[in-house]
Amino acid sequence: MSDTVKAPEPQLIQGATGDWEIVLGLEIHAQVVSNAKLFSGAATEFGAEPNTQVSLVDAAMPGMLPVINEVVVEQAVRTGLGLKAQINNYSVFDRKNYFYPDLPQGYQISQFSQPIVGEGIVHVELADGSVREVGVERLHLEQDAGKSVHDLHPQQTYVDLNRSGVALMEIVSKPDMRSAEEAAAYVRKIRSILRYLGTCDGNMEQGSMRADVNVSVRKPGDDLGTRAEIKNVNSLRFIQQAIDYEAQRQVDIIEDGGAIKQETRLFDAGSGTTRAMRSKEEAHDYRYFPDPDLLPLEFDDAFVARIKADLPELPDDKMDRFQAELGLSHYDAGVLVAEREIADYFEVVANGRDAKIAANWVSGNLFGLLNKDGTAITDSPVTAEQLGGLLDLMADGTISGKIAKDVFEDMFATGKDAATIVDEKGLKQVSDTGAIETMVDEVMAANQDKVEEYRGGKDKLMGFFVGQVMKASKGQANPGVVNQILKNKLSG
Amino acid sequence: MSLDKATVAGIAHLARIKVDDDRLETMVGELNNILGWIEQLDEVDTDGVAPMTSVADMDAPQRQDIVNDGDCRDRVLANAPAAADGFFGVPKVIE
Repeated sequence: MSDTVKAPEPQLIQGATGDWEIVLGLEIHAQVVSNAKLFSGAATEFGAEPNTQVSLVDAAMPGMLPVINEVVVEQAVRTGLGLKAQINNYSVFDRKNYFYPDLPQGYQISQFSQPIVGEGIVHVELADGSVREVGVERLHLEQDAGKSVHDLHPQQTYVDLNRSGVALMEIVSKPDMRSAEEAAAYVRKIRSILRYLGTCDGNMEQGSMRADVNVSVRKPGDDLGTRAEIKNVNSLRFIQQAIDYEAQRQVDIIEDGGAIKQETRLFDAGSGTTRAMRSKEEAHDYRYFPDPDLLPLEFDDAFVARIKADLPELPDDKMDRFQAELGLSHYDAGVLVAEREIADYFEVVANGRDAKIAANWVSGNLFGLLNKDGTAITDSPVTAEQLGGLLDLMADGTISGKIAKDVFEDMFATGKDAATIVDEKGLKQVSDTGAIETMVDEVMAANQDKVEEYRGGKDKLMGFFVGQVMKASKGQANPGVVNQILKNKLSG
Repeated sequence: MSLDKATVAGIAHLARIKVDDDRLETMVGELNNILGWIEQLDEVDTDGVAPMTSVADMDAPQRQDIVNDGDCRDRVLANAPAAADGFFGVPKVIE
C-alpha cells in the first residue's frame, strides 16, 4: 500500500444536538475449510440429511473426548499469517458455558484469554479510493453450534447437529471503522483474503461466513460510547442496513435524554430494524475456564515457517504487482484481484500477451456475458487459454477487433476455439491490398457526390467511407489498411 | 472470597439446578467452606511460576483431517425423548 492514500472521512449523523460519529467493530465467524470437524472425525459438508454428520463427540455423549484436527490448526495459522498477525505458538481452549438446545455439551469449546492468533492489520479500500487500516484484535478457534429449525412442527423446535462441532475462526476487529460502507468493505476484504488462502469458502448464503456487528455512536473526539452488538448478520447488504438503523436509533435515544444499554440485538431483515433479544437469553455469564479435556495447543516456529513458505500471493500484493509490473490501472487491478479465481483466469490470459488488452477482455467482454448468464468465472464456457487464443488472432492481424467480439460471443455459446470459429465462418481479416483497393473503388464509384464533398473539405465523411468499405467486406477488411488506401485514393 | 445467598441462587440458575429457598442458606455455607479450602492454595508461593492449565507434561494429541466418524444417526438420536424426521424435537424456542 502506498502511503499517499487518504483515510476515509467518517460518516456523520446529523442530530438535533450536532454531528454524531459511528464507531464500528466486527466479529466475523468464518467456517474453516476442512474435511472433518474441529474435534471429531465427522464430515463438514453442507446440505447433508439432518444429524447424519454427527459423531458421539459432537452429540456430547458422556465420556467422549475431543481431539483437535491438525489441518484446522494449520488453517488458523495460515489465516493469521494472511492477516499479517501475531501467531501464538501456545494457546488454550476454554469452555464457554451456556444452555441452548443446539448446544449439546452445555458449553462451547472456544479460546478466551489465549487465542491462537493475536493482533493483525487489514487494508480496506472504499469506492472513492480512500483506504482505512483496520486493526485485527485476535483470531481464535471455536466450535460451531447446531441448527434450530422452528417451522417444521407447531409445538416443537427441531435440532440438527450436523454443524455442531464444525471449526470456526472468529476474527475480531478493533473498533476502527466509521461507516457502514467501511464495515461492508472490511467484510469483503476479509472474505477475499480467506478465499485466497483457501481457509474459508466465504459463502455467506450458506452461513459459512457471518458477522456480529458492534455499533456505538459518539460526538467526534469523545470517548467511545456504549455499544450494542447485532448478532449473526449474514449478508453485506444486511450489515449496512443494520448499522444505519442501529446508529440512528442510538442517536435518537441519547438526544431524547436516554442512555444506550449494552445489549445483544437481532436484525430483522424484513423490516430493516434491530430489536433487543429477550433479556432472559441475554443474561449471559459464560464462566469461561480452561477445558480440562484439552491440553494447551503448542507448535514450534518451524511449523509456522512451513505454512508461511506456502502462502499464495495475497490480494494486496497482487494488486501492487498488477499495477507496477503489468501497467494496469488501479481500478482494473482492483476488479481483477477481488476474487482469486478471476485473478487466476486473468493471469493465464495475460501470460505473454498485452496485459491491458487482456484486462479489458476479462473485465469487459467476458464479465458482460458471464453476468448476463449468471455464470461464475469458474464455470466459464470460454477457458482462459481459449480467450488467450482469440487475443493472439487479433494481435497477429488474423481478425479485427470488431470481428473478435462476434467470434467471442460464438465461443461463449459453443465452447469452440477462436481459430476453429474463424476458419468455419471464413472470418479471416482481409489485409490483401488488391482486394481492398477494388472495394474502395467500388464504394467511391457508388458515392460520387460524397467523394466531391470530401474533396471540398468535408473531412468527416472519412468515417462514412470506412464504414461502407467494412460493410462491403462483411467486416473482414483490415481497418488500418482500409484507412490507408481510402486516404490515398480520396486525396488523389 | 465469600458468596451471598443471591450469588448462590444465580449460580444455581446458570447451572439450571433448582434449589429451593430453604436449602439456599445451607448451600451458601457449604460453598463458602469449599472456597475456603481452595483459598488455602494462596499460601503457596507461586511467584515466577507461569499459570498452567494441565499437569500432564505432553503435547496435545492431534487427529488427521479424515472423515472417519458420524453417519450414525440412529445412535445419536437413540436417547432423545422426542425425535422426528431425523431431527431432535425440543420444546419450541423462538427468538
